[in-house]
Amino acid sequence: MVSLLDRDSELRRRAWDAAASVVDPEIPVLTIADLGVLREVALDGDHVEVAITPTYSGCPAMNMIALEVELALERAGFRRSKVRTVLSPAWTTDWMSEEGRQKLRAYGIAPPQASSSRRTLFGEQAVACPQCGSENTELLSEFGSTSCKALWRCKSCREPFDYFKCH
Amino acid sequence: MATANIEVSETPLVLYALRRADDALILGHRLSEWCGHAPMLEEDMALSNIALDLIGQARELYSYAAKAEGKNNDEDKLAYLRDVRQYRNLLLVEQPNGDFAQTLVRQFFYSAFADLYWRAMMNSCDTTLAAIAAKSEKESAYHLRHASEWIIRLGDGTDESHARAQAAIDHLWAFTGEMFAVDDGERVLIHAGIAIDPGTLRGRWLQTLSDVASEATLVLPQNDWMQQGGRVGRHSEHLGHLLSELQSMQRTFPGLTW
Repeated sequence: MVSLLDRDSELRRRAWDAAASVVDPEIPVLTIADLGVLREVALDGDHVEVAITPTYSGCPAMNMIALEVELALERAGFRRSKVRTVLSPAWTTDWMSEEGRQKLRAYGIAPPQASSSRRTLFGEQAVACPQCGSENTELLSEFGSTSCKALWRCKSCREPFDYFKCH
Repeated sequence: MATANIEVSETPLVLYALRRADDALILGHRLSEWCGHAPMLEEDMALSNIALDLIGQARELYSYAAKAEGKNNDEDKLAYLRDVRQYRNLLLVEQPNGDFAQTLVRQFFYSAFADLYWRAMMNSCDTTLAAIAAKSEKESAYHLRHASEWIIRLGDGTDESHARAQAAIDHLWAFTGEMFAVDDGERVLIHAGIAIDPGTLRGRWLQTLSDVASEATLVLPQNDWMQQGGRVGRHSEHLGHLLSELQSMQRTFPGLTW
């Protein structure tokens, strides 16, 4: 019995690790685990069911992420897998791991502010430049190159940069 | 033939989801028409981003309508294989883009409503609608902020931008009443706690509009005669043209995927 249970949890860990290795196609330094997009990995016999949640309703990366998860599971030896999308609870940038925030900054994208309260959404924001660290920055556009980013500019080093929006 | 129109059994719940899905799809499509044509790069990206959010919301709502109907339909069939008279969207969202002011006023009227509507719908006892609302509410807040800033910039800008913004408000005003109307089927859903009564949102919606309009030095019309018909499939001539473009691939190559 004990060995069977061990085998199950070992299998589930392998399935989780495989799914968690998939990166965001738009921000390839972040895995879907870093982002909080990977919600659940369940094992039933040799069948794996993975739950992912979209960052924004229309995020076009979701189909690709689902496909990549299935491929990663297949490479890890799981032949039968299914990826489903869950909406609730709604994704928030609060789920992004600290490691994910550091990776983002190193990649040149300012990470989201820690709290996603409505106050932060509408209040004054101080976004530090990911290049030089200065907080002397300004918003150029609420909407950036992908749904989840806004375009900012640093007034100290003059570099424009992406800011991962607080959501 | 797959090009034939599908039939939809419009129970109150199916119709309810379908109406909101159609609003989001048609407005999203209208905004996507700006892609590559907006007056500046940032706006091109903003309008395309908002379009993407709306089309994403539409997909969730169509999928739910198809599930609630329980027949052989799915999100694609509902979007691509219904004709004008089967579409249930607000007349407001199908109105042509016109100039930039008209696009932004249309967006402002709709987003000011959607922001309140989705926040209220988060308390729906229908768990799927509540989940869609929780996602859409966050997105609508961005859309409203974006549109509000533009209304102020255009209204309080040059004589030309002011005149265009005021003309857009006067032109589109008669299409706003439909947002607050309910029929018997929706009344049943409201009583069941599945839907909310949009009439209860009208006061706050007007407040948002008048706050922004006064900062923009624009005037809201006083007349309250409202155009109606979109919810039951009586549309302006513009929707047919929009659908012929939106549906052209599926009508020409039935079942096409890529």
